[in-house]
Amino acid sequence: MDFSISEDQSMLQDSVARFIQDEYDFDSRQEAAATDTGFSADRWREFAELGWTAVPFSEEDGGLDGGAVELMLLMEQFGRGLVVEPYLPCIVLAGGVLKRLATEDQKATWLADIIGGEKLAALAYAEPQARYDLNDVAVTASADGDGYVLNGHKTVVLNGGSADTLVVSARTSGERQDAEGISLFVVDASSAGIKRKAYPTVDARQAAEIHFEQVRVGADQLLGAAGEGLATLKAVIDDATIAVCAEAVGIMQVLNYKTLEYSKQRVQFGVPIASFQALQHRMVEMFMIYEQTRSLLLHAVMTEEADAGADAALHALKIQIGTEGRKLGEEAVQLHGGMGVTWELDVAHYFKRLTMIDTLFGNADHHIEQYPLAV
Amino acid sequence: MDLSFTPEEIAFRDEVRAFFADEYPADIREKVNRGIRLDKDDHVRWQKILAQHGYMGVNWPVEYGGTGWSPVQKYLFSIEMANANAPDVVPFGVNMVGPVIYSYGNEAQKQRFLPDILESNVWWCQGYSEPGAGSDLASLKTMAVRDGDHYVINGTKTWTTLGQHAEWIFLLARTNTDVARRQEGISFILADMSTPGITVRPIITIEGGHEVNEVHFEDARVPVENLVGEEGRGWTYGKVLLQHERTNIAGVARSKYRLARLKELASSSQHGAKPLMEQATFRGKLVATEVALKALEYTDLRTLAAVATGKAPGPESSILKIKGTEMQQRLDTLYMEAAGYYALPYVPDQFTLDAADDDVVVDSSEPTTALRYFNYRKASIYGGSNEIQKNIIAKHVLGL
Ligand SMILES: Cc1cc2nc3c(=O)[nH]c(=O)nc-3n(C[C@H](O)[C@H](O)[C@H](O)COP(=O)(O)OP(=O)(O)OC[C@H]3O[C@@H](n4cnc5c(N)ncnc54)[C@H](O)[C@@H]3O)c2cc1C
Repeated sequence: MDFSISEDQSMLQDSVARFIQDEYDFDSRQEAAATDTGFSADRWREFAELGWTAVPFSEEDGGLDGGAVELMLLMEQFGRGLVVEPYLPCIVLAGGVLKRLATEDQKATWLADIIGGEKLAALAYAEPQARYDLNDVAVTASADGDGYVLNGHKTVVLNGGSADTLVVSARTSGERQDAEGISLFVVDASSAGIKRKAYPTVDARQAAEIHFEQVRVGADQLLGAAGEGLATLKAVIDDATIAVCAEAVGIMQVLNYKTLEYSKQRVQFGVPIASFQALQHRMVEMFMIYEQTRSLLLHAVMTEEADAGADAALHALKIQIGTEGRKLGEEAVQLHGGMGVTWELDVAHYFKRLTMIDTLFGNADHHIEQYPLAV
Repeated sequence: MDLSFTPEEIAFRDEVRAFFADEYPADIREKVNRGIRLDKDDHVRWQKILAQHGYMGVNWPVEYGGTGWSPVQKYLFSIEMANANAPDVVPFGVNMVGPVIYSYGNEAQKQRFLPDILESNVWWCQGYSEPGAGSDLASLKTMAVRDGDHYVINGTKTWTTLGQHAEWIFLLARTNTDVARRQEGISFILADMSTPGITVRPIITIEGGHEVNEVHFEDARVPVENLVGEEGRGWTYGKVLLQHERTNIAGVARSKYRLARLKELASSSQHGAKPLMEQATFRGKLVATEVALKALEYTDLRTLAAVATGKAPGPESSILKIKGTEMQQRLDTLYMEAAGYYALPYVPDQFTLDAADDDVVVDSSEPTTALRYFNYRKASIYGGSNEIQKNIIAKHVLGL
C-alpha cells in the first residue's frame, strides 16, 4: 500500500495548482460564466497548451497516458478554482468513449482535435424518462442502408450547446430498458436534423436539450460493436464519477478554509464567532467530513488503478459526497450567516457546485440502492 | 383531550375554503404554482382581497380590526391557505410593525398607520440588522440624533427584505450612547422611505434573485412624532415583535401541503424504472419527514393552545423556529433530489408567464427546485439564526 504520488504526478499537480492559484481568480471566473457559452475559449486554449486536455489519453493517441490518479489531481484543483471550462463533458465523458471505442480512423477524424483543444465535444446519454439508469435508452438508431437514422430526445446534455462533436447513445435493438442493444455513435453537432437548446445550469455550467429528427449517420460513425455500448458507457461514467468527486473534495477544502478564516474575522458579541464552542465543534465536523471524504476518494482511485473492481468503492464515494459533502456545504453557508447566501460571495458558488455534484451520475440515494452490500 | 373539531369550526373551515376557491385570483395562482416570483402588485392585490373579507389581521385584537379568531380557527385558516397554494402575507406590516404600534404607539400613530397596514396601502420593511450587527443586534450603530422636531439618522441597515418595494421602514436606532447597557439607548422609529438621505441598494442572493437590500441613511431627517413609545425602549418593543415573528414561523400548514405534493410527485413513475415512492431509500426519507412534521404540528398546536389561555409565546417559540425552518429545508432538499438531473437547469426566462413553450426546458411541476433549495438556506439564518435560538432555549428554557 502506497499513498504517495510519483514525481510526474506531483509536477502535474503543482502546475495546475499554481495556475489556479495565480491566474484563475474568482472574478474572471464569474465573467466567463456569464458569457453565452459559459466559459472562456482563451482559457480552454491555455488548458490545451499546458497539455491538460491530453492527460487521460494514451501516448499513441497523442495523450499523456494519465490514469485515475492524474484525473483526480487535476479535478481536485479544478474544484478549488471552481473551473467552468468543459473538461468533464468534453475530455472525460465524450473523450472517454472515443478513446475506448474509436478505431484509428475514427480517432483521427474525431478525437485528435478534441485532445488538441480545437474542437469541443459532449456525451448525450441522459433521457427524460431515464433518471439515472444508463440502460434506459429510448433514442433509436434504425438501420438505414449501410448507416443509421437517429431519432429521439437527449436531456441535460452537459456542454451540449457548445459542442462541435456529439457522442450519442441510441438503441439499435431491444426494449427501452434492456442492457443489450445500446450503441454509441459520434456525430457532427451541426448535422441536419439536430436541434439544440442550450441553457445555463444553477452551478454556472451549461447544458442542452438535444432533439434528433431523422439524423443520418454513416456506418463509420458507429463506435465499437452495435448493441454493446452499455459497458463502455458505464466505464466512462465511472471515470466521470471519480472526476466530479475529486472536484468535490477540492471544493470542500476551500469551503472549510474560507469558513475558518471568516469565523476568525467576524466579530459578534465583542468576540470572533470562532470563539463559540458550538461553532468550533461544527467546524471540527466539517474538517472530519473532508478528511473522511478524501480517504474514500483515495480508496476509490487506488481500487480503480488496481483494476480491482471499483464498483463498491465508487458507490461509497458518491454516497459520501451526496450526504456528508452536502452537509459540509450547508454548514459553510450557515456559518457565514447572511453573507453565505449572497451571490457576491464565492462561498455560495462553491456550495452550489458541490450540491449539484450529488445530482450528477446518480445521487446518493441512487448509489445507496445500487450498493453491493455483501454479507 | 379531544382531537376533533366542533361543528362551528368545521363550518368556519368550509367558509374559508370557499373563499380561497372563489377569490384567489387565477393569474396569481398560476404564478405561484409555476414558481414565478410575484411582483409588488400581485402581493398588494391579493392582500387587499384578504382585507376586504376581514382576513388580514389574523393575530390582531378585534378593536384594531383584527379577526379575534381562536387558535383553532387560525390553524384551520392557515391550512386552507396553504392547500390553495396562496401566497403568505408579506409579514413586515401586519405581523411585525402593526403589533408594536397597537401595543406601544400613541393614539395618533394608531390612527395614522394601522388602517393602511390592514388594507395594504403601505408596504413596510424591517430595518434591524446592520453589517456589523446580525446575531448581536444590540451592537447596532445607526444613530438618531435629536435636532429640534426631528431625528437626524445616519447609518446602514442591511438584509432589508423587499425594501425595494417599501414606502415605510421601521428601524432600531441608537438615540443615546451614554447608557449602562447597550440595549438601553435604542429607539424604535418609523421612517418614510422617500425621506431625502435614504437610499436603497440591491443585494443579489445565492440563486440570483433580488429580495434583500442595503438601506443607507445619510442625514435623513425624520419627525420626532415617528418615535414609537418611549425613547430608549426600542429594544424591548423589538423583542416583543420578534416573538410575534416567531409564532407563525413553524409554517406547518405550508409544509404539510408541500409534503403531500411531494408524495404525489414521488408516486408517479415519471423517471426511472420504479416510482421514487417504491425506492427504499427515498421512501425512508419521506417517512422520517412525515414523522418530524407530525411532531412539529402538534408542538405548534400545543403552543397555540397555550397562547389561547393567555400565555404569551415565550422562549418555547424558538423550538418552532428551529424545527419549522429545518422542515422547510428538508422538503426543499427532497424536492431537489426527486428532480434528479432536472435540478440543474437555470432558465430564468421560463419563470415568466409568457415564456414560450419552447423555453420550458423542464416540464416539471416544481421547476425551481434547486433555486428554492439554495434560497431557503436563509431560513436557518434569518429571524434570529438557529444557533441563536438554541442559545435562547439553553438560557431561558433550560436555565443553563
Ligand atoms: C434572506 C435574508 C433576509 C433577511 N431579512 C431581514 C430583514 O428584512 N430585516 C432585518 O433587519 N434583517 C434581515 N435579515 C438579517 C438576519 O436577521 C441576520 O442575517 C441574522 O440575524 C444573522 O446575522 P448575520 O447574518 O450577521 O450573521 P452572524 O451574526 O455574523 O452569524 C454568523 C454565524 O455565527 C453564528 N453565531 C453568531 N453568534 C453566535 C453565538 N453566540 N453562538 C453560536 N453561534 C453564533 C450564527 O448563527 C451564524 O451561523 C435577513 C437575512 C437574510 C439572510
